[in-house]
Amino acid sequence: MSPYLFPVLVLGLASFAWWQGRHRAFSLVGRHKLHSTPGYYGVLVALWCSVPPLVIFLFWLSCSDSILTALVLKTLPGADQLSPDRLSLLVGDLKNLVAGHTAARNIDPALQLAADRYQELRRIGQVSLGLVMATVALAGFFLAYTRIRPSLRARNHVERFIRWMLILCSTIAVFTTLGIVLSVLFESIRFFQQVPLTDFLFGLKWSPQMAMRADQAGSSGSFGAIPVLAGTFMISGIAMTVAVPIGLMSAIYLSEYAGPRFRAVVKPMLEILAGVPTVVYGFFAALVVAPFIRGFGESLGLAVSSESALAAGLVMGIMIIPFVSSLSDDVINAVPQALRDGSYGLGATRSETIKNVVLPAALPGIVGGILLAVSRAIGETMIVVMAAGLSARLTANPLEAVTTVTVQIVTLLVGDQEFDSPKTLAAFALGLLLFVVTLILNVIALYVVRRYREEYE
Amino acid sequence: MKRKNNEMSTMERVGQGLGKRYRRERRFRMLGLLAIMASLGFLLVLFGSIVSRGYTAFIQTEIRLPIHFDARVFDVGNLARADYAALVKASMRELFPEVKGRRDKRQLYRLVSSGAAYTLQKMVVADPAMIGTTRDVWLPADDEVDMFVKGYIKRDVEESARRLTDQQIRWIDHLAESGRLERRFNAIFFSAGDSREPELAGIRGAAMGSLFTLLVTLGLSFPIGVASAVYLEEFAPRNRWTDLIEVNINNLAAVPSIVFGLLGLAVFLNFFGMPRSTPLVGGLVLTLMTLPTIIIASRASLKSVPPSIREAALGVGASKMQTIFHHVLPLAMPGMMTGTIIGMAQALGETAPLLMIGMVAFIVDIPQGFTDPATVLPVQIYLWADSPERASVERTSAAIMVLLAFLILMNGAAVLLRKKFERRW
Repeated sequence: MSPYLFPVLVLGLASFAWWQGRHRAFSLVGRHKLHSTPGYYGVLVALWCSVPPLVIFLFWLSCSDSILTALVLKTLPGADQLSPDRLSLLVGDLKNLVAGHTAARNIDPALQLAADRYQELRRIGQVSLGLVMATVALAGFFLAYTRIRPSLRARNHVERFIRWMLILCSTIAVFTTLGIVLSVLFESIRFFQQVPLTDFLFGLKWSPQMAMRADQAGSSGSFGAIPVLAGTFMISGIAMTVAVPIGLMSAIYLSEYAGPRFRAVVKPMLEILAGVPTVVYGFFAALVVAPFIRGFGESLGLAVSSESALAAGLVMGIMIIPFVSSLSDDVINAVPQALRDGSYGLGATRSETIKNVVLPAALPGIVGGILLAVSRAIGETMIVVMAAGLSARLTANPLEAVTTVTVQIVTLLVGDQEFDSPKTLAAFALGLLLFVVTLILNVIALYVVRRYREEYE
Repeated sequence: MKRKNNEMSTMERVGQGLGKRYRRERRFRMLGLLAIMASLGFLLVLFGSIVSRGYTAFIQTEIRLPIHFDARVFDVGNLARADYAALVKASMRELFPEVKGRRDKRQLYRLVSSGAAYTLQKMVVADPAMIGTTRDVWLPADDEVDMFVKGYIKRDVEESARRLTDQQIRWIDHLAESGRLERRFNAIFFSAGDSREPELAGIRGAAMGSLFTLLVTLGLSFPIGVASAVYLEEFAPRNRWTDLIEVNINNLAAVPSIVFGLLGLAVFLNFFGMPRSTPLVGGLVLTLMTLPTIIIASRASLKSVPPSIREAALGVGASKMQTIFHHVLPLAMPGMMTGTIIGMAQALGETAPLLMIGMVAFIVDIPQGFTDPATVLPVQIYLWADSPERASVERTSAAIMVLLAFLILMNGAAVLLRKKFERRW
């Protein structure tokens, strides 16, 4: 029987427990006054019956594999002297054997033995898991069932449980952040043990190739992040020069000039632009915009590479327009009408009011929105992966191909990886860089936006 | 009543500059309109270029061949092992008896897709009584033929500049004249998994992968998101810890999606040892990514329920928990569901974090469960966009159209939900 059926069985048992608990509570009604409605007694019994075994099941699910592997490896002769990467190779072979993916290679009999042992242990583990879960479920059931009496504060117990669940759920966001920071930081530290931090931050050359042999010449790899960062900022800069004027003017027109009907039609259409997946923009950039720019450039006698920073930046700008416009729209709408009326009263035209009164009043909010947009541009991946290219060149020419942080992360981590070469660890260092930069931008932006909102409330 | 210039009345002075100011006003207004037109123009070009490139992928050129299911070919014991390609070749030779010479023959065989053998295999395995008979079978043409028939490969370019030879084009014309070559609805595109041959590639595998991934995401992120929102909005005391959670959620909403992919790679794959390329892990990563969206929308929705509802429930003796779960939550539910649908639409279009956890593998089989290796629609688009064949541009655009259709459907549902259940208090 598959262990994945166990939770289903437990849930079935829980519904039975609910029914029993409720029934018992009902049977007590005649004689005494119950503290809670009968349903709560049922739920209490069901919780006692289902939660502990499910917790045990989750625990087993998360660590049975590593425990079993460790147990089996102990029996393998010489496994404890292997280097980490050889060991992971061995574990991979073992897993393949266990899963039954045997290619036509000749199999080491010792390994086959280990795989058999693994399966044996796993079967024992599954049977004992089932027994333990059943025992715990039944014990919980009887414990709760026998304690049902009119004075039992079942509702309070259930509500306390729900409250703890709610708290648990709300902490997941914190754990996610913690997980991001720890996972990225941990791998980055391993990276910086091999490549000095200063080389990474100030190096001018990025070519993450590693030597295959120790005596190989010319490919020791250099990990200077400056060209990658320069490419990122160049593309983001191009994107912002497209997105900020168009987005801002759109927002101004929509909030100050457009009638309600025009607004009702155009605003959702702009939001469609925000809902288009980035991979579609990437395809558009690579297939339509890049050849167009190339053809246009060549007709002017300019050399344009087929993957140019300009194409990626332009399309990214288009993607960000709705982001800028909807944030600015909110901010402009939050400017009190009294300020405008005052300006009109002095005889200013609408555009003068906008330029001299509304925009200065909304400026902090708009700046916050633009910072958020910059952070999005820096972290955007698919457009640049598909349209910006790979060559880490330090150039100021937007017609050349450049590379970005996100492109490098993708190219370093997609495909086969070994987890202790600087090449893959470099991706995590770049990830850390990306996370820190966007975090700083976000914190500033959110702070500015919040401060601004409070000003007019 | 004549005055000197410097003794103008205020009205006159204002009037003098008025024309200029009005012109500036009009210019500013035009600029705003222009910006909007530019954005809408981009939208139009984007959709236009994709639809114009992709709509032909829903039709596929097929060739009707009289296949003689020769009993001798099936004399191998196992029906699946028989040489089905030989059947196709024999039929082609029969149609063009004048073709001699190995090179010419090879060119001739190339007109039919290499996947034709699988089509025949499926037919025979389903109905072994066919063996020994001769039947007309529609088989997919090769992608180059398809491109030629659809007009993407021009007839008038030089022979060396195109993949089809003049001779092959004559054969195609002959087939078309004899009614053996037709453009038919491309069922393969909707029923097959990925393939190296564009004419055999379909989006079914990716669509199923997307479905499983989204099921995991929805199953986890909706309850967790609603629970977090309820706690933060209704129960949480205002202290440093809840402030931290709030700041965290707002920040997470703006963290680049690829960073979530790094998290998934380091934590789910390397630390917990979960299987690579599976909808389970993809769903977990997307759950973490969409949680902030759902929490923020749910909180806004809870906030919009007026306090009088809560006070009334508390007043008649409901506990706080009962008030929220029996009265506030049902009223806030439409808003929460709207937020969830928008979050799911976001998750459906997301690519970058899934690249990190290995959902870019080339997978032919259609995934059957949460732990089968799979890919998702946007990643499939990314993979096809990379392949060099002319025909795959068309498939990629068609896949994008399918993806966009799903997204429009989901967003439409969200708008409808909002319209139908929105209450003003």
